[in-house]
Amino acid sequence: MRDLIWMIPALPLAGFALLLAFGKRLGEPLAGWLGTATVAGSFVVTLGVFLTLRTDGGADHRLTQSLFTWVPAGSFKADLGFLVDPLSISMCLFVTGIAALIHLYSIGYMHGDPRYHVFFTYLNLFVFSMLMLVLGDNLLVTFLGWEGVGACSYFLISFWFSEEANASAGKKAFVTNRVGDWGFMCATFFTFSALGTLSYTGIIDGASALPRSTATVIALLLFVGAVGKSAQLPLYVWLPDAMAGPTPVSALFHAATMVTAGVYLMVRINPVLAASAHWLPTLIATVGAVTALFAATIALAQNDIKKVLAYSTVSQLGYMFLAVGSGAYVGAIFHMITHAFFKALLFLGAGSVIHGMGDEQDMRRMGALRKLMPITAATFIVGWLAIAGVPPFSGFFSKDEILVYAWQKSPVLWAIGFVTAILTAFYMARQVYLVFFGDARWGEPVPEAAASPAANEAQQSAAEVDDTTATDANDEAPVAAHAASDAGADGHGHEAHADVHPHESPWTMTLPLVVLAVGAIVAGALNMPFFDRLKVLEHWLAPVVEHGQAHLTVSSGLKVGLGVVTVVGALVAFALARLVYLRGRQDVAEQIEQPVFARGWYYDSSIAAFMGGPGRRLFDAVSWFDRTIIDGAVNGVATLVRGGGDRVRVLQSGYVRNYALGVAFGAIVLVGLLLSRAVF
Amino acid sequence: MSPVLAAETAGSFPLLTAVVVLPAIGALVTALVSKRRPELAKQCAVLFAVATGALTIAVLAGFDTHAAGFQMIDHVRWVQDPQISWTMGVDGISLWMVVLTGILFPIAMLGAPPHHDEKPFYAWLLLLEAGCLGAFLALDLFVFFLMFEIVLVPMYFLISGWGYEGRRYAAMKFFLYTMFGSAFMLVGTVALAYLHAKGGPVTFDLRTIAEHQGVLSPQTGRWLFLSFAIAFGVKVPLVPLHTWLPDAHTQAPTGGSVILAGVMLKLGTYGFLRFGLYVFPEASVYFAPAMITLGVAGIIYGAICATMQQDLKRLVAYSSVAHLGFIILGTFSLTTQGIDGGVLQMINHGVSTGALFLLVGMIYERRHTREIAKLKGLQRSAPVMAGVFTLVMLSSIGLPGLNGFVGEYLTLLGAFLTHRWWAVVAVTGVILASLYLLWAYQRVFHGTPDEANADMPDLRWTERLVMAPLIVIIVFMGVYPKPVLDRIEPSVKKLVQHIETNTHYREPKAPKVRPAPAAGGQTASQGKAGK
Repeated sequence: MRDLIWMIPALPLAGFALLLAFGKRLGEPLAGWLGTATVAGSFVVTLGVFLTLRTDGGADHRLTQSLFTWVPAGSFKADLGFLVDPLSISMCLFVTGIAALIHLYSIGYMHGDPRYHVFFTYLNLFVFSMLMLVLGDNLLVTFLGWEGVGACSYFLISFWFSEEANASAGKKAFVTNRVGDWGFMCATFFTFSALGTLSYTGIIDGASALPRSTATVIALLLFVGAVGKSAQLPLYVWLPDAMAGPTPVSALFHAATMVTAGVYLMVRINPVLAASAHWLPTLIATVGAVTALFAATIALAQNDIKKVLAYSTVSQLGYMFLAVGSGAYVGAIFHMITHAFFKALLFLGAGSVIHGMGDEQDMRRMGALRKLMPITAATFIVGWLAIAGVPPFSGFFSKDEILVYAWQKSPVLWAIGFVTAILTAFYMARQVYLVFFGDARWGEPVPEAAASPAANEAQQSAAEVDDTTATDANDEAPVAAHAASDAGADGHGHEAHADVHPHESPWTMTLPLVVLAVGAIVAGALNMPFFDRLKVLEHWLAPVVEHGQAHLTVSSGLKVGLGVVTVVGALVAFALARLVYLRGRQDVAEQIEQPVFARGWYYDSSIAAFMGGPGRRLFDAVSWFDRTIIDGAVNGVATLVRGGGDRVRVLQSGYVRNYALGVAFGAIVLVGLLLSRAVF
Repeated sequence: MSPVLAAETAGSFPLLTAVVVLPAIGALVTALVSKRRPELAKQCAVLFAVATGALTIAVLAGFDTHAAGFQMIDHVRWVQDPQISWTMGVDGISLWMVVLTGILFPIAMLGAPPHHDEKPFYAWLLLLEAGCLGAFLALDLFVFFLMFEIVLVPMYFLISGWGYEGRRYAAMKFFLYTMFGSAFMLVGTVALAYLHAKGGPVTFDLRTIAEHQGVLSPQTGRWLFLSFAIAFGVKVPLVPLHTWLPDAHTQAPTGGSVILAGVMLKLGTYGFLRFGLYVFPEASVYFAPAMITLGVAGIIYGAICATMQQDLKRLVAYSSVAHLGFIILGTFSLTTQGIDGGVLQMINHGVSTGALFLLVGMIYERRHTREIAKLKGLQRSAPVMAGVFTLVMLSSIGLPGLNGFVGEYLTLLGAFLTHRWWAVVAVTGVILASLYLLWAYQRVFHGTPDEANADMPDLRWTERLVMAPLIVIIVFMGVYPKPVLDRIEPSVKKLVQHIETNTHYREPKAPKVRPAPAAGGQTASQGKAGK
């Protein structure tokens, strides 16, 4: 399998090419099956390569394959090559595995969409890009994948492009990511000028010899890129809006795989981080912890079922950066894997609910779905327990490991992580209770949302009313858009909310839920605490992270203590949420769901106001300067020349008598001059 | 004094001369076609353009990849004293300009036919092609100047004759502005030849002048460089000499815009390489920081102006200012990577911006407007056009895997090696590029189409065929630019060496990768590697 590494990304690429050429002819559901098959095939090849690496990886646990020289220029050379090591193959396994499940799910979810084949075309291109990102053996190939997934994300967020809000969300995602890409590109320049190569092998071997300042700059700039891609403060704003895309996209791109690319990159360059100044890991840990807490508070007050999960994703990614900053690289990857399982599960579960409810996304109009959607409900609850950190579900183990390392880094960081864990348990419990338990509130009018049920009205209100309502209208727009396109296609959707008949989804959708639920339960076994033999992932990743991984000096008693405190905190949060949302304590709920949370601390709207206000005025000023000053000067010169020419032209009148007059006048002057000379 | 024509290099077929002469003959033949048979004029013109394209491909096929100097030289003495000769030669830099010209002209002719007076339109285009090819291939300062000037005339008539509402103003502005620059170059050319001769026999031969450095004092060299730089700076265009460009591009007919952006702007950047760096190495090093500043200014300024445009074609025109800024940045980084990237970016810009102008022209043909506000939701009515536009847009933004990225990346990398902080600032242009193009795309293609836009027809088969070669080039050069770079690089390396031997400038050498075992000795990886 050593020579077949290229097949891992090539299969989805072939799928993309085939779907691009024949997708329309294949139609539904063949296009979907083709897309699923290529990704599943890629998963099988990945398994084979994984086994080869285990048995036959050599001393350095690396398999490489170089296809051709991509960019040769002078001393600069970047190959299109792959690096298979424990880190990249672990990523590949869960990327292809989860992607295959989500492809399968999409066959059911996208049923009836007029651009069904286009969806799978993009989805396959995404998997290809993601695999290039992970498998690339140098920063430039990773950047190829990095930008590729960004472009696919742009395509699919604005998949239902008829709605302006979706189009805006896609553009916002791309442009915000590009801010991070600025850091990535600059980092590659610094790397090349310091090391003369962009290959990971060269970087890892050369990192320890880098001057501290150079290592710091490189790591910091790559972190800027990671902040953009992984939606951390201050660049997280695109991710909540990205929920405008179809739900499988939210699950695959914006929860399980693409957004974890930043974490992957940080782990990949851990030797550089280890060689950089000490304040940098602290900065990374702080950004992660603050983002985790910040996003969790916002998730408390969201009513859109997908928005809760979106902010939750931002928050969980914050945990991963907290782990990176604390030197818990294994913990970061561990949490990335468990998170991929339970968050993909939660998103797909939410998609199943949305599908079953006839494109309803507002949790205030749900409730009591447990009996009607048993599989969805059961799997969703598994996801909930996993993300809340209840043992023995996977989230407990990975989150616990991160928090222990955070404690070792600084108890303050631990405290932030701890509070976030409690908030996570609370808002996820709120979601489960609102959606699956309590009374059925299907189709009931909701105060704000009732004002703008239809897409066009939402657009109008966005244009007319003040900023706060506009945000709400934007929240509603994707829902309405989906409803419109779905209803237009096959009458499957429901235009009137009063007429809701929740139902369980088809097997193509529930099977992935079940598989992911199993994963969310057992993935914790990858890295059990205390017993060295059970730390499978830690041993497996050891060759990759040996430079950077911090060593735990925390006593076993403290570890147990921290774990118990977190679990107790989560259980208390469950109880509280039960009290508030199942016992109908609306007054308490209103206390918790502060407008400042619901509006995301006004961060996004402030940026939008700045970009639309001073930012736009600045751009306008430059444009005015160009028109008026620079071009004005050009035209001014032209006018001047023409004016001067006009005046001179008067002399060239064409009348002989005028010329004669001139000649006569000149003659008189000449004669006068000569005379004066003769006389004096 | 009558011109003396005498073939010096007998024997092999004068391929390069044929490349220049064939479209000129084509122009003449097209002009002689009967007025009553306009369709014949088109067929005849396209035939000549395609034949010329085939000849340029023949040049590519016959090109010796590993040779750094000029190849396939045709040398015919023309004037004895001062020595002026018809010298044509190609190297890795001009090769791609020639091929680009050969490919873009037939595409511009087929993709954007005029609505009236076919015959003169095609005749002017062919004359323009001859001029462009002549300028790219000329190795004689006088012939270069001649060709550089000749191209103005057909373009003036193309804009003023087949352009849009403001065509007269735009054509006049274009003509006067470029003439203004050329005046400086004329003085510079003559002064260079006579000052270089030092009283001896005067020659306009590029190689003789460029290879014998040290004749002129640095002071004189710098003044002469400036006289050339003004002409090229207007042509590129460099900020703040750029305002003729948005008007000319917007008002020109689609075919004219494609050629203007794709080929004619390159006369400026090519001029900087050939008559700036090669002839005035000392002055190039001296002025490099200033030129890099202008390049970065163009990148950011052009992008900001593009963002605020209301006219789709004008937006693309301003994006050219930004893209050409990258080329200047790479050229005056004076590094192999930067100049490689600059040459690559010249091809990329020609292909991508040419394709964008074609697409904008196709939209105008259907909707009779270029105003962004009047276009909406076109992706629904024309999905194929939207798909092609998306691909070209992403290439223009510089998405890795497509052509724009490789060139842009190398120019920035090269600039970083000599002017670190300027490059870091220039990378922000990458953010801005995504901003203005995606915003324009959203306003034009996304959303729900109103009545006027709902029934816009999609690309016809002929139009798809016209776009196809450009798409192939965009993807191929993004995935496998090596064949192109392999041919560019020897000449670029030679140019950099030429600068190094004649100035104190030394190209910064990137550190060599240390062999892994040596590095492993100091790192913690030793434990693992030793097992």
